Amino acid sequence: MAKTAPQSATPETLLDIRNLRIEATVYPPGEAPKAVTLVHDVSLSLKRGKVLGLIGESGAGKSTIGLSSMAYGRGGVRITGGEIMLNGHDILKAGAGGIRKLRGREVCYVAQSAAAAFNPAHKLMDQVVEASLLHGVATRAEAEKRAKALFKKLSLPNPDTIGERYPHQVSGGQLQRVMTAMALCSEPDLIVFDEPTTALDVTTQIDVLAAIKDAIRDTGVAALYITHDLAVVAQVSDEIMVLRHGRLVEWGGTRQIIKEPRQEYTNALVSVHEIEHHEQKAEGAPFLSVKNVTAAYGGGAVKVLKNVSVDILPGQTLAVVGESGSGKSTLARAITGLLPPQEGSVTFDGRPLANRLADRPKEDLRQLQMIYQMADVAMNPRQTVGTIIGRPLEFYFGIRGAERDRRVTQLLDEIEMGKGFADRYPAELSGGQKQRVCIARALAAKPKLIICDEVTSALDPLVAHGILKLLLNLQQAEKVAYLFITHDLATVRSIADSIAVMYRGEVVRYGSKSKVLTPPFDAYTDLLLSSVPEMEIGWLEKAIAGRRMESAGN
Amino acid sequence: MSVPILKLIAQRIALGIVLLFAVSILIFVGTQILPGDVAQSILGQAATPQALANLREQLGLNDPAYVRYFHWLGGVLTGNLGTALTSGQDIASSIWPRLKNTLFLAGCAAVVAVPLAILLGLIAVRYRNGPVDRLISAFALASTSFPEFFIGYLLVYFFAVKWQVFPAISTVFDGMPFLQRLEAVVLPATALTLVVLAHMMRMTRAAILNVMQSAYIETAELKGLAPLAIIRKHAFPNAIAPVVNVVMLNLAYLVVGVVVIEVIFVYPGMGQYLVDHVAKRDVPVVQAVGLIFAAVYITLNIIADIAAILANPRLRHPK
Repeated sequence: MAKTAPQSATPETLLDIRNLRIEATVYPPGEAPKAVTLVHDVSLSLKRGKVLGLIGESGAGKSTIGLSSMAYGRGGVRITGGEIMLNGHDILKAGAGGIRKLRGREVCYVAQSAAAAFNPAHKLMDQVVEASLLHGVATRAEAEKRAKALFKKLSLPNPDTIGERYPHQVSGGQLQRVMTAMALCSEPDLIVFDEPTTALDVTTQIDVLAAIKDAIRDTGVAALYITHDLAVVAQVSDEIMVLRHGRLVEWGGTRQIIKEPRQEYTNALVSVHEIEHHEQKAEGAPFLSVKNVTAAYGGGAVKVLKNVSVDILPGQTLAVVGESGSGKSTLARAITGLLPPQEGSVTFDGRPLANRLADRPKEDLRQLQMIYQMADVAMNPRQTVGTIIGRPLEFYFGIRGAERDRRVTQLLDEIEMGKGFADRYPAELSGGQKQRVCIARALAAKPKLIICDEVTSALDPLVAHGILKLLLNLQQAEKVAYLFITHDLATVRSIADSIAVMYRGEVVRYGSKSKVLTPPFDAYTDLLLSSVPEMEIGWLEKAIAGRRMESAGN
Repeated sequence: MSVPILKLIAQRIALGIVLLFAVSILIFVGTQILPGDVAQSILGQAATPQALANLREQLGLNDPAYVRYFHWLGGVLTGNLGTALTSGQDIASSIWPRLKNTLFLAGCAAVVAVPLAILLGLIAVRYRNGPVDRLISAFALASTSFPEFFIGYLLVYFFAVKWQVFPAISTVFDGMPFLQRLEAVVLPATALTLVVLAHMMRMTRAAILNVMQSAYIETAELKGLAPLAIIRKHAFPNAIAPVVNVVMLNLAYLVVGVVVIEVIFVYPGMGQYLVDHVAKRDVPVVQAVGLIFAAVYITLNIIADIAAILANPRLRHPK
């Protein structure tokens, strides 16, 4: 299945990995520990100053391979075979001291979550220059000067003083850029970028991506760019390597991979997974209306919702989109009564709902159900799937015993999972299966509205695709309405009948899907739509040039 | 320093003062409900009823309890702890040198025990789950598991009797040169160190191991830092709050829990003074010592709280 390498090892070659094999020991419950192979004899090489994108779903081994270039195995992972030649030396033979000399000097690392990867106890500047000082690359004054120049190059605000701040005082998008500056500060030959923009909002991602791309070009550093998003990697890479289950699927130039994929799996990744969803007409009266709702945290101190009004029609989907901090989830909290609104009201079937959750009768609670982003923390790990799904049946309808079991089986059927799952525990399920159980639990209450809060964000694209399809099918069968909260515009196109775009606590654009997604756009909707990466070389430059406003993440 | 952090610290201190008043009430009530009569115990079984009544009048024992409490509290706040019933001496002036002795002994033990415990904790984390870690844990746990009097006598047997390097009895007096004083407390301080070491060491180890799971430790590893530098520079600063808490608890124990050691080494400290006067049912002395111990305990815990607040960069540098 492996393709031949497009280049052979020459003096130009910076990194040359040959037949890399990586293993780990797993401890399955109730069984003897066993060794599993995470990476099967993968080879790659990278020339100086070039960028190689590693792409695949979770479990493909892309981070594991990336970290192997620093001779690092995360969480007990062992490199058991192959050679890793960096600058002509096999780093696996370097010994502990030799490996420490090259980490932070020849190879640096940029993590997915910079917010977690910075030490909360130290100032940013101390952490940025640490590797340079440790390896004797520069004096403190020189290193700080270089760091400030890099902050400036990465278009961070206040480049001369941002180093005096602590990590918690800086936003996520900015931290990601500071981390890139940290990696560049010791002038390494190679940087491993491990999903550096995945945790960011789409509007922030584009800025960080552009900053990273410019920095790579101007410093001439080589990079391994790890991501699951082909559209992102197409913007920065010279070559792309597709991985699956720890094996090489395809390796080639960026243009070849996205335009002429030779493997079926690559083709599946490249092709757009948009679900054809024809918008339902906004007919009839809304059963749930949010009228001029204003809500705040901290006793009215921080207003997060300002005069928000939306309607939800029976059996239809309202998608709420916006970046983090725009008030999407707060709107859900206001509707469910978890955060009582300061002003305005929520009406249901023509009568106002009590503001506070505690004042609502059981029947009102039943009509509004929720599904969350993190399915694993939304379920009790010590209850079986049967108990979890059966609980709303007992609580709302008093159904018990054989009748309850019959209903549970029926619900499992609806979410396309077999009867056998009733006795399983959440820990035994995959991410997609867990989310399906959460959907069944919400359905069990026979609600009129299910609020879906970023339900596909934590899932791999192909799994998320399946969940969306399931939700659409269930809507047809059960006539349930969705309030679908997401930051992902592709998801919105697949599922929405109407859309509300939120920005800083206000609804800036609201209407039917076709209306909202048709020009002319307001400035923010335009920014949001133009920030979604497209699988096209040169998209990034075009998008940056065409923008009308800065994103709020800055 | 920012306003919210000053407010937090002021709250802690105010809370400590309130707590101290509550404790003073508890101590007073506690000594009141003890059986026995002070006048009786001073004068003995043969005293005439008239003599007992006169003494009670003289000591103010006939006043209602709250009057006596405020009388006592007023004295304490002005530095007058009253007079010992048994000896008739001023309590404040006889406690002061003993308190100094106790603090000196506790201080000597702390100067050795705290850095040693933290250092051993760091080393245990560096070589975690290996033989060095096990050896440190085994040694520390064994020394804690022995009762302190056993360790005390063991030290006396070897260092005082067999090898005769240190005195068996820790006599100290006013005007004693510092080095001699230090030599006198070597054995009791060593015994105390061994008693408190394990708890601090194990907690330091656990607190740092907890931090070692964080993503920023991986960042430090990938910068090429050596393991001990990672622990010292990146893990320890984030483990300060729990470590300070357990250190302060142990320091408090060094001050208020030294009774047995002081008795073994015949060291003229607070513990011995307390034991002597409990036996003689000398209520004012017991109250005064109890209050001082409570004050030490509360003060050290406030210091731990404040240190934990100051160690948190989110509180020190708000957004």
